Amino acid sequence: MSTSGPQKSLQRHPLAGWLMIAPAAVLIATFLIAPFILAFGYSFTNQRLISPNPTEFVGLRNFEQLIGVGTLVLSPETDDAGVVVRDDDGALQYPTVRSFTRANDDFPHLQGMQEWFGWNWGDDRVVVLARDLVFMKALTNTLIFVAVVAPVQSALALLLALMINQKLRGINIFRTIYFMPVVVSIVVVSLLWRFIYDGRNGLLNNLLEFLSFGLFQPIDWLGNPGTALWAIIAMSIWQAVGFHMVIWLSGLQTIPVSLYEAAEIEGANAWQKFRFVTWPGLRNTAVLIIVVITMQAFALFAQVDVMTNGGPVDSTQVLVFQAVQRGYEQQNIAGGSAISVILFVIVLTISLTQRYLTRER
Amino acid sequence: MAGLELKDIRKSYGNVEVIKGVDLSVEHGEFVVFVGPSGCGKSTLLRMIAGLEDITDGDLYIGDKRVNTTQPRDRGVAMVFQSYALYPHMSVYDNVGFGLRLKKMPKPERDKKIREAARILQMEELLERRPSQLSGGQRQRVAIGRAIVRNPDVFLFDEPLSNLDAALRGSMRMEISKLHNQLGATMIYVTHDQVEAMTLADKIVVLNAGIVQQIGSPLDLYNSPANLFVAGFIGSPKMNLIAVTASDATADTVTISGPALPSTTIPVATGHGIKPGDTITFGIRPHQLVRDEAGPLKGKVLLVEQLGNETIVNLDLPSGDQLVATLPGSAILHLGDTVTLGFDAKNAKLFDTNGDAVKPA
Ligand SMILES: Nc1ncnc2c1ncn2[C@@H]1O[C@H](COP(=O)(O)OP(=O)(O)OP(=O)(O)O)[C@@H](O)[C@H]1O
Ligand SMILES: [Mg+2]
Repeated sequence: MSTSGPQKSLQRHPLAGWLMIAPAAVLIATFLIAPFILAFGYSFTNQRLISPNPTEFVGLRNFEQLIGVGTLVLSPETDDAGVVVRDDDGALQYPTVRSFTRANDDFPHLQGMQEWFGWNWGDDRVVVLARDLVFMKALTNTLIFVAVVAPVQSALALLLALMINQKLRGINIFRTIYFMPVVVSIVVVSLLWRFIYDGRNGLLNNLLEFLSFGLFQPIDWLGNPGTALWAIIAMSIWQAVGFHMVIWLSGLQTIPVSLYEAAEIEGANAWQKFRFVTWPGLRNTAVLIIVVITMQAFALFAQVDVMTNGGPVDSTQVLVFQAVQRGYEQQNIAGGSAISVILFVIVLTISLTQRYLTRER
Repeated sequence: MAGLELKDIRKSYGNVEVIKGVDLSVEHGEFVVFVGPSGCGKSTLLRMIAGLEDITDGDLYIGDKRVNTTQPRDRGVAMVFQSYALYPHMSVYDNVGFGLRLKKMPKPERDKKIREAARILQMEELLERRPSQLSGGQRQRVAIGRAIVRNPDVFLFDEPLSNLDAALRGSMRMEISKLHNQLGATMIYVTHDQVEAMTLADKIVVLNAGIVQQIGSPLDLYNSPANLFVAGFIGSPKMNLIAVTASDATADTVTISGPALPSTTIPVATGHGIKPGDTITFGIRPHQLVRDEAGPLKGKVLLVEQLGNETIVNLDLPSGDQLVATLPGSAILHLGDTVTLGFDAKNAKLFDTNGDAVKPA
C-alpha cells in the first residue's frame, strides 16, 4: 500500500506517542499537578496572597493551628470547706474555660484554644477545645455531608434506575426529567433553591403549609443553624442523583435478561431476583458510584457559596469553602493550602479504604 | 409426570401475529423438537410454554392443568437457555442448587441432589468453579444440571447446542438423548438444525412463519413431507424440487412433463385433485437418483463433492434447473461431464398447486 509507508514511520517515531499525549499532559500539569505541588509547598510556609514580607518556612505550624485540639476536665467550684457551690437553680458552678486558655502558664498547650463541645462526667465537666473552631466545624460538616449524601444519593439513584429500567411506555420522559438537574449549572440550581427554601414565601414552606392544612409554621430553612446544612444536603442529593442513576442504569443494562428469566423459572421472587442477579451484577458499578459520590461530596463548595456563605453561625462551613475563604478573602494562602492538603489526605485515605473493602476476593 | 397440550395457541406483538394458532399434544416422556427457519417463532412458542411470554390466545395445559396464567415457577418446567444463563458470581455448585435453595430445601438433601446431577453429567470435578472458568460444553452441562435437580415435569431447551463446535455438538446431542432415556421426562427442544431434530426427536414439529407445517416422527417427515416447505426443510442434501406441468391425470396416476423432465407417469393415491394443465412440483431426494443412461434427467456437472462414502454432484439441467444427486463414492466425475440420471417413479413426490403433497400410491 502506498499510503501506509509514511503513516507507519510517523506512528513508529519515538516522539509520536509523547506528542499525542502532550496537549492533555500540558493541561493536566498546568491546572492540576502544578497547583497541587504549589499548595503542598505553601502549606509549610506563611505565604500570603499579597504581602510585603518575604515568605518563610514555618514547618507544620499551619497544620498544628488547624487541627490542634485539647481536652480539659473542669471540677465544680468548691467553697473553702470543700463543699460544691450551687447557684440558685441548684446547678453546679465551673471555672471559666477562658481562665485556662488565656495566659495561663500552667496550661501552655491550651493557649488560644476555644471551647468546641463538652459533656458532664459525674460532677466534673469535660470540655473539648479546638485551636481553630471554624475549621473543626467545617471538617465535621463535611464529614456529615459525605456520610449522608454518599449512601442516600447512591441508594436513591439505584432506586430510580431500577424504576426507569422497566419497559414502560413513556419511560424516556422520566429519564429526561431525572437527568435534567444534572445538566443545569450547580450555581443556577443553588440560586433557584434559595427561592424554594425562602423563609417567608418559599415553595417548600408553601407546599408544607398546604399539605398540613395550614398547621405548618414556615421555617427559614437556610437561615436556621439547625436546618441549613440539611437543606443543602437535600438539594445536593436531588441535583446529582440523576447522574448516578444513569451510571446505575448502564450497569443494569449489562445484566443479561436471560439471567432474570432463569431465576424466574427457578422460582425467584422480585426481591430474590434483585438479591441474587441484579446486585451481584452491579458490583463494579457500585464501587465506581460510591467512590465518585464520596469524592464529589468532599468537594462541596458551590452550594454553600451561593446559598449560605458558610452561615448561619458557621453551620454550613465546609472544607473547600474554608480553603477558598482563607486563601482569597483572608489572603492566607498558606492556611488555605494546608486545608487543601488535609482534604487531600482524607479523600485519599477514604478512597483507598473503599477500594480495599470492595476489592475482588 | 406430565404431558402437554396446546390448543390454538396464538401470540401477537402489537398487531403482528407471530404464532398463528398452534395445536399440539405431547405425551408424557416424549421428546419433541420444534424446528424451523430463523424467526419462525420456535423460541416464542417455547417461552410461552415456560411462562416467559404471555399467551395472547388459546389454551395451554401441562398435565391436565390449564396454565395460561400460572407463574413460570409453578408450571413444573425447567429451561436450558441458548446463552446458558448461568449466574456468573456463583460457583457451579451454587448455580445448580439455586432453585433448590429458593425452595428452602434442607442443605443435606440439596447437597445430595446437586452431587447426583453432577454425577449424571460427569462434572463432579467442576463444582467449585465459576462459570467463567468453564468451556462452552461444560457450561451447557451445568445449565442442564440446573434443570435436572429441580426434577421438572417438562424440560425446555432453546437451541442449547448452537454455541458449540460441531464435534462437541455431536457428543452433547448423544448425552441429551441418553439423559432423556435415563430420566424419562418430557422434553421440548428448539433447534434450527435439522440433524439435531432428526436424531433426537420422537416427534418433530416443523414451524414456518408461526404456522405448524407438519407434526410427525423423523421418518414420517422424511418419507412423506406434507408440503413443499417440509420437503425442502427436512433432509440433507435437500430434496430436488422442479416445477412441471401435469399433462395428464387419471384416477391413480399423474403424468408430468416440463422443460426439465420428459413425460413421466407417477402413481398416486386416488382423489388427488390434480387436473391436466396444472402447474405442480415434482420432488425427488438426491439419494433416490441413480445413474441410468436411459434416465429422463440429463445435465452437466457443476460441482462435485467427493465425500468418500458418497459423492454429491450438482447438475445444471438444460432447462436451467439445478439438480443434486448423491451417488456412490465410487463414481468418478469431473466438472463439465454430462451425467444421465433416473429414478424409481414410486419414489417421486408431487406437490399440487398449493404446495401440498399429493398422496403417493
Ligand atoms: N418482543 C418482540 N416484539 C416484536 N416481535 C418479536 C418480539 N420477539 C420476537 N418477535 C418476532 O417474533 C418472531 C418469532 O421470533 P422467535 O424468536 O420465536 O424466532 P425463532 O424461531 O426462535 O428464531 P431463531 O431461530 O432465530 O431463534 C420473529 O419474527 C421476531 O421478529
Ligand atoms: Mg430462537
